[in-house]
Parts: sequence; C-alpha cells; structure tokens
Amino acid sequence: MIKLKMGERFAALRNREIASLERRLFLRQGLSMGALSLLAGCNVTDEAGVENALRKISSWNDTVQAKLFAPKRLAQEYPASAIVRPFPFNAFYDEDGIPAVSAADFSLELAGLIRERKPWRLADLYALPQVTQTTRHICVEGWSAVGQWSGTPLRHFLERVGADTSARYVGFKCADDYYTSIDMATALHPQTLMAFRQDGDILPAPNGFPLKIRVPTKLGFKNPKHVRAIFVTNEYPGGYWEDQGYNWFAGL
Amino acid sequence: MSDSRTEHLPASPMIHGRLVRLAHWVNALAFLVLLLSGWKIYNASPVFAFRLPGELTLGGWLGGALLWHFAAMWLLALNGLLYLGYGFLSGHFRRKLWPVSPAAVWADIRAALSGRLAHDDLSVYNAAQRAAYIALILGIALLALSGLAIWKPVQLAPLVELFGGFDTARIVHFVAMALTLVVVAVHVLMVALVPRTLLTMLIGRLPATRSPQ
Ligand code: HEM
Repeated sequence: MIKLKMGERFAALRNREIASLERRLFLRQGLSMGALSLLAGCNVTDEAGVENALRKISSWNDTVQAKLFAPKRLAQEYPASAIVRPFPFNAFYDEDGIPAVSAADFSLELAGLIRERKPWRLADLYALPQVTQTTRHICVEGWSAVGQWSGTPLRHFLERVGADTSARYVGFKCADDYYTSIDMATALHPQTLMAFRQDGDILPAPNGFPLKIRVPTKLGFKNPKHVRAIFVTNEYPGGYWEDQGYNWFAGL
Repeated sequence: MSDSRTEHLPASPMIHGRLVRLAHWVNALAFLVLLLSGWKIYNASPVFAFRLPGELTLGGWLGGALLWHFAAMWLLALNGLLYLGYGFLSGHFRRKLWPVSPAAVWADIRAALSGRLAHDDLSVYNAAQRAAYIALILGIALLALSGLAIWKPVQLAPLVELFGGFDTARIVHFVAMALTLVVVAVHVLMVALVPRTLLTMLIGRLPATRSPQ
C-alpha cells in the first residue's frame, strides 16, 4: 500500500468501506444520500481540517484532565528493589547529543512572574532542603521504569523566589534546546521535584545533569532534563513535543 | 415522488430501531479509529516481541495516533453509554440478547460450522449471535476500563491495582483488543453470509415486498 499521510489514509480506508457498502446497497435498493453522509460523518478528506479538529479535542482533553487532577493525590511510591538500572535514556536525540553542562558555569535563570529573579548557582541549589522519591516514570511511548530521584519540591522553590503561584503556567528551558511547560496546580504538587540526584548520585548527564524536573503525575516528556531556566506566565508556553501534537496536559 | 401502489404494501416490521442502528455504526467507526491508531501507539514501544503492520495504522506518527485515539475514545464512551443506557432501560437487551444458555450457544456454533445455522426471523437473534454481542459489549467495556487505567494511572490508582499494576493493565488492554477483534471478525463474516441483516442494520427493516392481491 502506498504511504498516505494522516487524514488521507483514513479517508481512503473509509471511502473504500463506504464504496463497497454503497455498491451492495445500490444493487438492492436506492439509498438516500442522507444515510451515507451519516456514515461518512464530517469531511475527513481535508487534512488541515482534521488536524485542527483533533487538536481542538486535545485541548478539551487538557481541560478534562485538569479537572481530574487531584492536587493532593500522590503517585505510588515503590520499594528500592523496583528501581530499574540502568535507567533508560530517552531524548529527541541520540546519546552523542547529550549536552555537556559545566557545573562551574551553570546558573539557573528565572523569568516571568517571579519577584526575585536573580540566577541561582549550583551550590546554592544543592543547599536547598531535599526529599527523595521512588516513583514510576511513564513514557508516552508506553514503556515505564521505576526510578529514584532526590531534590527540592518545586513548590518550595517557587514560594522561596516569590513566584506568582496564582499564575497559570510554569515553563522550562533546557540546555539541549528542549522546552516544556506545566500547569501551576501540578507545579505545586508535593511530589513535583527539582531533582539534583538520581539513585543516590549526582544526576548523571544522560538523565539530565544538573537539574531535571521530576513530575510523577505526568508523562515522561513533561519531565525536562538539563533545565537552565524556569519562568512563570499566564501565556500558554507550549513545548517541544506539545507544539508538534502531543497532548499538553499529559497527566497521569 | 408519489406512487399509489406503495399504499397497498404491507409495511415490513421494524427490526432495528433508529437508536440501535445509529449507535451501532458510530461504535463501529469509533472502534475502527481506536483500533488503527492503537496499533500505531503499540508500535512505538511494543509490549510483545512483534510489531503490527505499519501501513494499516492511523495517525502517521505517535503524536497523530494519540490525537486520534484520545478523540475517538470519547465517541466510543459517550455512544457506548447511550447504547447501554437505552439497552438496559428500554428492555432492548432483555428482549434481544437474553436469555443465552451455553448449551444453545454451543448447538448454534456447531450448526454454523456445518452451514446450517438459521437466521430466518431477523427480529430474533440466535444464541450464537446473543453470545457474540454480549462478548463484544464486555470486550469494549474491558478495553475502556483497562484504557482508563493506563491513561490515568495516578488519578485512578485503584483501577490499576485491580488490573495488577501498570504493565499488566497495558497487556490486558492489548489482549482485550485482540480478543474483541476476533469476535468482530466472526461477526462481520456472519453478516457477509447473511447480507439481508446488513440491510436491516442500515435502514431498520427489510424493503417492502409486494404481496399478491
Ligand atoms: C463494518 C463492520 C460491521 C458490520 C458490517 C456490522 C454489521 C452488523 C449487523 C448487520 C448487525 C445486525 C445483525 C442482525 O440483525 O442479525 C449487527 C449487530 C451488532 N453489532 Fe455489528 N457490525 C460491524 C461492526 C461491529 C463492531 C466493531 C462491533 C463492536 C465491537 C459490533 C457490535 C454489534 C452489536 C453489539 C450488535 C447487536 C446490536 C443490538 O441489537 O443491540 N459491530 N452488526
């Protein structure tokens, strides 16, 4: 079968189905066009139109998920024996594309609706109070792996720097040019961490050195690695995958 | 168009009401979209040691397949709830799908295999049909529940627990798809063998036949 793009392929499939239905029916008795267009539903031959409709439903799914999200419900914690080692590497590039971030030169930039926007050195970040969690990382692709992360609850940090926690979004920019954003409710969830360590060690480069945002209530692509800037905003910031069509809320 | 003869034709009895027909075809469409987009999602990280034929999948890439899947799930769920509500409340299920005894189903399956299964009175489902339709309804219910579990494993943690964990819920979702698909295939095959039934599912009744005066 020749390769058809989204929409076209579906239309082709459906047209074949309808054509054969049509053929059979016209052999026996005339069929009103009304019944046929009922089967055909909306116009699926227009690819941009389909894509547009699907994205609208996706943003409606964002709304539904925000309602389903319980700010105090915790993701399940696992015993240390469940931890997967080595923890899978996954990014939009291969392992040779992992950014080399220098600990000495690193500084975390703050922007947007935050009162104290002075950049943070790594040593100051490491001095923040830290907690440890052992939770399941679930990838949009379907695989999952239990890992252990330690770091500062993002809520603690946001309050500390005077972020406007009534704003809608918290966005992240990364040293590998990845970017993503989460809703404020999730940013304030007790298990949403600024993770500096994984499995007891300083966060290894493939897993996001020096800073990864660990969000156990969201899919893996909402857990940015190598984070170099955090901003708070009311304007929808999107994300690397989200802008290409992944659902934005991506809640678990 | 007026045809005086039509007035003398006996109306053939209604076999499938409008709501059942509409719900059936909306369901078939939603099922097809979920099936083909689901295969693409499966291929992104197969739970088993095989991939499904990529040419048959819907969505173009993982993100596109997910958009289709999470749109069609609403169509399937809302349409399914409407159908179930109607089926239970109106007595449709009690009248058409019940009772169904294993012995009768077995007898029908044997009759079908030897090509002798009767479906002459289209207003009554035989036992094999009843069993198949109940299996399809249960299959879709299992697909929806296991789907919810892997969509919202944190918010719906007890459901995930019920399925024995996230990874088993994924396997349940896949196996439920495969089993339901087998029943759908048999179902469509049976329809092909008795094509009159397709007409009734489309227009509700058989076309009026002229009876000798
Ligand atoms: C293109 C595919 C399909 C065709 C041509 C088709 C055709 C039919 C026909 C003709 C009937 C009526 C049978 C009779 O009157 O004896 C029927 C009933 C039924 N079909 Fe399908 N079907 C299809 C797909 C599906 C799918 C995907 C499902 C569910 C997964 C399904 C579930 C049912 C159920 C539950 C009934 C009984 C409806 C009731 O009376 O409440 N069908 N189908």
